[in-house]
Amino acid sequence: MSLLTAERIKLLSTRSPWWCGLLAIVLPVGFTVLLATQVNPTNAPGFEFTPAATQGTASLGRAVVMVLAALAVTSEYRFGTIRSTFQAAPQRVAALLAKSAVVVVLTAVIGAVVGFGSWAVFRALHSGPDLDLVTAADWRSVAGEVLVFALTGALALGVGILVRQTAGAVAILLVYALLVEGLIGVIPKVGRDIQHWMPFFAADRFLGIRDGGDDLQNLPLGPWAYLAYFAAITVVVLGAGIFAAVRRDA
Amino acid sequence: MIEATGLTKHYGRTVAVDNLSFTVAEGRVTGFLGPNGAGKSTTMRMVLGLDRPTSGDVRIDGQHYHDLHQPLRTVGALLDAKWVHPNRSARDHLRWLAAASKIPRARVDEVLDLVGLTGVAGKRAGGFSLGMSQRLGIAAALLGDPRVLLFDEPVNGLDPEGILWIRKFMHRLADEGRTVFVSSHLLSEMALTAQDLVVIGRGKLIYQGTVEDFVEHATESTVLVRSPQLDRLRDLLRAEGSEITEITEDGDALRIGGVASAAIGELAAANNIVLHELNPQVGSLEQAFIQLTGDTVEYRTEEHRSEEHGAGEHRAGEPAGNGEVTSG
Amino acid sequence: MTTLLATERIKLFTTRSPWWSTLLALGMTIGFAALVALNHSGGPLTVRHSQFGAQFGLMIVTVMAALAITTEYRFATIRATFQAVPHRTAVLLAKTAVVAVLAAVIGEVAAFGSWITARVIDGGPEMNLVTGGDWRAVAGLGLVYAVGAVIAVAVGTLIRQSAGAISVLLIWPLLVENLVQLIPRVGEDIHNWMPFTAVSRFTDSTVPGPIGPWASLAYFAGVAAVLLVAALAVAEKRDA
Repeated sequence: MSLLTAERIKLLSTRSPWWCGLLAIVLPVGFTVLLATQVNPTNAPGFEFTPAATQGTASLGRAVVMVLAALAVTSEYRFGTIRSTFQAAPQRVAALLAKSAVVVVLTAVIGAVVGFGSWAVFRALHSGPDLDLVTAADWRSVAGEVLVFALTGALALGVGILVRQTAGAVAILLVYALLVEGLIGVIPKVGRDIQHWMPFFAADRFLGIRDGGDDLQNLPLGPWAYLAYFAAITVVVLGAGIFAAVRRDA
Repeated sequence: MIEATGLTKHYGRTVAVDNLSFTVAEGRVTGFLGPNGAGKSTTMRMVLGLDRPTSGDVRIDGQHYHDLHQPLRTVGALLDAKWVHPNRSARDHLRWLAAASKIPRARVDEVLDLVGLTGVAGKRAGGFSLGMSQRLGIAAALLGDPRVLLFDEPVNGLDPEGILWIRKFMHRLADEGRTVFVSSHLLSEMALTAQDLVVIGRGKLIYQGTVEDFVEHATESTVLVRSPQLDRLRDLLRAEGSEITEITEDGDALRIGGVASAAIGELAAANNIVLHELNPQVGSLEQAFIQLTGDTVEYRTEEHRSEEHGAGEHRAGEPAGNGEVTSG
Repeated sequence: MTTLLATERIKLFTTRSPWWSTLLALGMTIGFAALVALNHSGGPLTVRHSQFGAQFGLMIVTVMAALAITTEYRFATIRATFQAVPHRTAVLLAKTAVVAVLAAVIGEVAAFGSWITARVIDGGPEMNLVTGGDWRAVAGLGLVYAVGAVIAVAVGTLIRQSAGAISVLLIWPLLVENLVQLIPRVGEDIHNWMPFTAVSRFTDSTVPGPIGPWASLAYFAGVAAVLLVAALAVAEKRDA
């Protein structure tokens, strides 16, 4: 418990998590407000007024959350405070699990604000039964952001522990999530099949995000299995990070 | 020569340097003394054109830093030994600095040799100990064979051998006719290294003059005398002494400044005065320094220094309640 | 200026990041071209197919270019730099030039490397550089990378922090420029005038747009120039 308190204080007493957290909420929700004021059935006939459609900009928040989580540990390496951390808690696994827990809670909260916030502002501007949370799919796409943001935070933290350098960790995470996964789909023949097993693709399938006009039939997994798959990858990456941190010199 | 006039720097609401004027002469080591946070580093950054003064002006040999052609050939500085890229080797760090001022590459090896880093020149600077980093910083400062040198807390964290090395080095540089301006928060260190002093506290000038004068003034001692014939002794002392700087009453005792205890004892004996106590009260340098700089708000500082810094002059910044410097 | 360029060249190449950035950018673009060429089916392989990895290289190059200035701030070597040469604008222009030249070289090697690799694997007449569009797609990549690097140096100078600069430089082109399309009516127009979207019409003639390929490049360069001027003005003004 004291480890959790220590990690919470450490995270929230620096400025970058606040900035990142603020941006992770303001950017997607603000964008959603802009969208909601502009969109109506006449000027956007293709737009489906569903809860899932209110989550179109959440990816912006998720990208910022990745930066937040990576910085939570890379800045410790940068300023050498990781040594104090391990000095205070020689059980590195416990210390890093405590850090993971704090990051996960924070990113889950951000995910909740982004998911429900985007949905709420959209609904406030377009009242109608279409935007009610009715089906399981509706709930998954909105409340699911909590789980996806939390796992994204843990995954990014794992990468941060492995890479240790801010620039490297942030570049790898963003380039991978925003570019590489999409680029893989471009490879002829095998690209699509590989893409179906990419972690952020899996997270998007859980949320039920429409990926343009792409063929999303015949996917290998269902939404909850995709979430489990995303969670498994997160556990592997974070586990590898913690394992590496225990093995190497601080 | 470095001349600062009315130098002022605000960071938001904080006043880091407040209307600071001083000169640093060539051929001498001038210490820049003040407690941590007094504004020494800010002042040095302004000398180098890194920070822009809110108002006021600082010139090097009559020129602004910004107008110097290839400034490293005029001014060398070591402000922070950690201002190097950790993955760049010591030699590469000096190479790019040399390239910026068209300094021949041979000079890089020369200064590496001068500071004794030749053996590790190819190693990445990030792995250097503090002492090695300081030496690399000094090598960078000397690269352009500059007439003016600035060092910010160069002995911080060094071992005694390193401190001695730097001290001798500064003297050598000054003996070569260069202007050497070195900051420290340690008066004892400055007393050994510097010939002149610029003392600041809370961004304001407290003293400028020679180290000798400062030490003499700062360590000015008093003698506590107890006697049943105090009134007679006081009269005798008054009649006697032009040297006496103060006589104050301290309960049933007299506190006398400017006269050695031996002289007071002899005077008493010659006049058959009984002494119950004859107690020299010596203030330490550090104490004096803390008192001078600790609460500068109460002190009036003199903005412009007159030509000579005689005994009367360098007192400009001393506290109004004279004698308090030497609290027992 | 030649002195400054030489200085910045030494500074750039005596750190590790430009080296691994170069390797990564080349490896990924050329490797991706090989992957595409090896798996290609249905219709002939074209010049365009060989350049699918170009954006990856561009992102790596912008990260490298931003780091060239943000690491100077991080390690405070920017102070040593401005101490050696107090004319900040000149220093930063020299740095921008050196970084842009490196980016251009990476772009040319990546593009021609990808093209040759694809050609060796599955070369048909469609792989010949015939039209202006073909040449722009390959030889033009160096220009795009160079201008991208200028934008990155400008953003890095303005933000000064590696994490912030890299985040902006990656999230903007990869996410924000696409998200604006969601806005009804005007979204598509805004998207078309987003700098990285605009310049993609320079190298890829199949993308329709409001202005021609060279005008698109000029527009991209214009954005870079505006950012650079802003960065120089800010760097001149603030404390180092």
